[in-house]
Amino acid sequence: MKLTNLLTSAAMALGLAAGAAMADTTKVGFVYVGPVGDGGWTYEHDQGRKAVEAEFGDQVETVYVENVAEGPDAERVMTQMALEGADLIFTTSFGYMDPTINVAKKFPNVKFEHATGYKRADNVSTYSARFYEGRAVQGTIAGHMTESNIVGYIGSYPIPEVVRGINSAYIHAKKVNPDVEFKIVWAFTWFDPAKEADAAKVLIEQGADVILQHTDSTAPQAAAQAAGNVITFGQASDMSEYGPKPRVSSIIDDWAPYYIARTKAVIDGNWESVDTWDGIGAGMVGIGEISDAVPADVKEAALAIKASIADGSYHPFTGPIKKQDGSDWLAEGETADDGTLAGMNFYVEGLDGDIPQ
Amino acid sequence: MIRLEKRPQPSRAWSMATPLVAVLATMLFGGLLFAALGKPPVEAIRTIFWEPLFGEFSFYYRPQLLVKGAPLVLIAIGLSLGFRAGIWNIGAEGQYIMGAIFGAGAGLAFYPLEAFYIFPIMVIAGAFGGWLWAMIPAVLKTRFGTNEILVSLMLVYVAEQFLASVSLGLLKNPEGFGFPGSRNLQSWDAAHNAELIAGTGMHWGVVAALIAVIFAYVLLNRHMTGYHIRLTGEAPRAAKFAGVNPTRLVLFCLGTSGALAGLAGMFEVSGPSGQISIDFNVGYGFTAIIVAFLGRLHPVGILLAGGLMALTYIGGDIAQSNLQLPAAAIQVFQGMLLFFLLAFDLLTNFRIAIGKPEVA
Repeated sequence: MKLTNLLTSAAMALGLAAGAAMADTTKVGFVYVGPVGDGGWTYEHDQGRKAVEAEFGDQVETVYVENVAEGPDAERVMTQMALEGADLIFTTSFGYMDPTINVAKKFPNVKFEHATGYKRADNVSTYSARFYEGRAVQGTIAGHMTESNIVGYIGSYPIPEVVRGINSAYIHAKKVNPDVEFKIVWAFTWFDPAKEADAAKVLIEQGADVILQHTDSTAPQAAAQAAGNVITFGQASDMSEYGPKPRVSSIIDDWAPYYIARTKAVIDGNWESVDTWDGIGAGMVGIGEISDAVPADVKEAALAIKASIADGSYHPFTGPIKKQDGSDWLAEGETADDGTLAGMNFYVEGLDGDIPQ
Repeated sequence: MIRLEKRPQPSRAWSMATPLVAVLATMLFGGLLFAALGKPPVEAIRTIFWEPLFGEFSFYYRPQLLVKGAPLVLIAIGLSLGFRAGIWNIGAEGQYIMGAIFGAGAGLAFYPLEAFYIFPIMVIAGAFGGWLWAMIPAVLKTRFGTNEILVSLMLVYVAEQFLASVSLGLLKNPEGFGFPGSRNLQSWDAAHNAELIAGTGMHWGVVAALIAVIFAYVLLNRHMTGYHIRLTGEAPRAAKFAGVNPTRLVLFCLGTSGALAGLAGMFEVSGPSGQISIDFNVGYGFTAIIVAFLGRLHPVGILLAGGLMALTYIGGDIAQSNLQLPAAAIQVFQGMLLFFLLAFDLLTNFRIAIGKPEVA
């Protein structure tokens, strides 16, 4: 009985393999840095993958490998996908940048899409989201809501992406509350519930009653819930299970529209290498439902700033803004250019401490 | 009644057979696990063990086995020396990191010079970095009697902080738009640990691993130090009477394993990986502990065990992609391998007896 089962499954597998080779489907691969169940970064990329499957049905076949370490392992996994006939491969972590370029050189007919990097080629596009737009909305809520005037911020790694978020949140919190102060803890991880919980507890002990996080787990939410009068924001994913309090809103990465559009381009044969950096307007950055724990006037202010960013009438980095050292950065009415934002490695005036080196 | 009876002599036959039995048991129970997940078990096992070696794309995977296996073997060989003598270096991961930092740092100091001596300097610096990091627990142990397990393990986390620091500061690529990570050594010929013959996966780290296997074999079987190592592990009191100097032995074992781990890190950063980055280390230092035991702390055994471990990693990734097995299932599968090895190891020293115990 068991033997027949095994034989059947083997035969089935052979059949499947043969079927896949013959059918004229577009194969799309996804390389993930974390587990699909992380509830944050990788989870949202996988939602995007599922959206591609739902959109195109039998026209596409998607495959993914999770928990892929950056470096040679990533290079091997991408090569393997390309060898197995993938037409389009999304590589979803900054550290996959050089491996993606290396593999793309070897497979000129396979299209690659690298998230959050800056190296492109004829068959390599890059894409990223303007999360700092969401941070502006968060900062507005945080500035209004804090009573201790201390906002805690859990940074992951001191890279431009994260520094940009801190600056944007701070500028907008300060705008509505001149007394606000940011305390920043660097966790040096994207996903480590234990470290994130510790960071949140330290910040709460130091008087923070708002916690912003740039790490992916829900541990800071749980720590805030345990502490009581502290509010938080979901990161990467809605984290609505912690609402209406401590989680009062969230920044949601929505990759689905982009993944669908790029897959369609491959199917239609008009894929080109591009550099995409979309925000709230294009729907790549979503703002999660603002809960009832936030007073109506604050909610209104937050939604107003969201709307003005979405329609392009307001840029979160609009002068006058000085750098931390007091030197001028943006003059009155001037907005930041993408090049400076992409490589941002300085704090704006008013933030304490140094970016770790 | 079934009970365990101690063998008067460890069984040689079982000692040789346990790794094989463990692999077979892992295939069986791993297959059941995959079946329980609703995946075809035979196909999954075949994908993991067969596909990389003889499958359609084995021309690519076979060289990758060398790339993945070499650092494991290089580190495990060093660890096995200490493990044989009861000196437990658990911090190879940290020594691996420091070797990479020292090696890459020494090289980048010359950037963009093209000179033949840069790579040899990096090799020496890499070995030195690993050696230095291992000397901390060694000296603390010999001077103050601290526990080398704890100290070497804790230093892994210190090394990780160093890695983050140099990625963001000292070694950061000045042309990297503010992103962390060093220059890519792959695009700088003088420092690139390239494949010696294109398409074979054979780089200097693989050569070093093979040399290490031979040296360890000769050391353990033909050399006085090797004899001292074995004697200390098997009969510590006898070793004392035989005049083994424990301080020197600790310094030698930790120093050698540190230097080899440092070399592994250096060859990795200058070759397959290419750059120092915050997430440069992927656990080779810890996996090598499994490899050392899987190989019975024997140089040839370690060589085979390193190959087997590399196979499960590469095959595991293929199974994830082709059969959509979750990564966690692959990790459980790898864990089973060590578990069964240790479990069946019991039969080397014990035998299963049926019936009542005899009165002695």
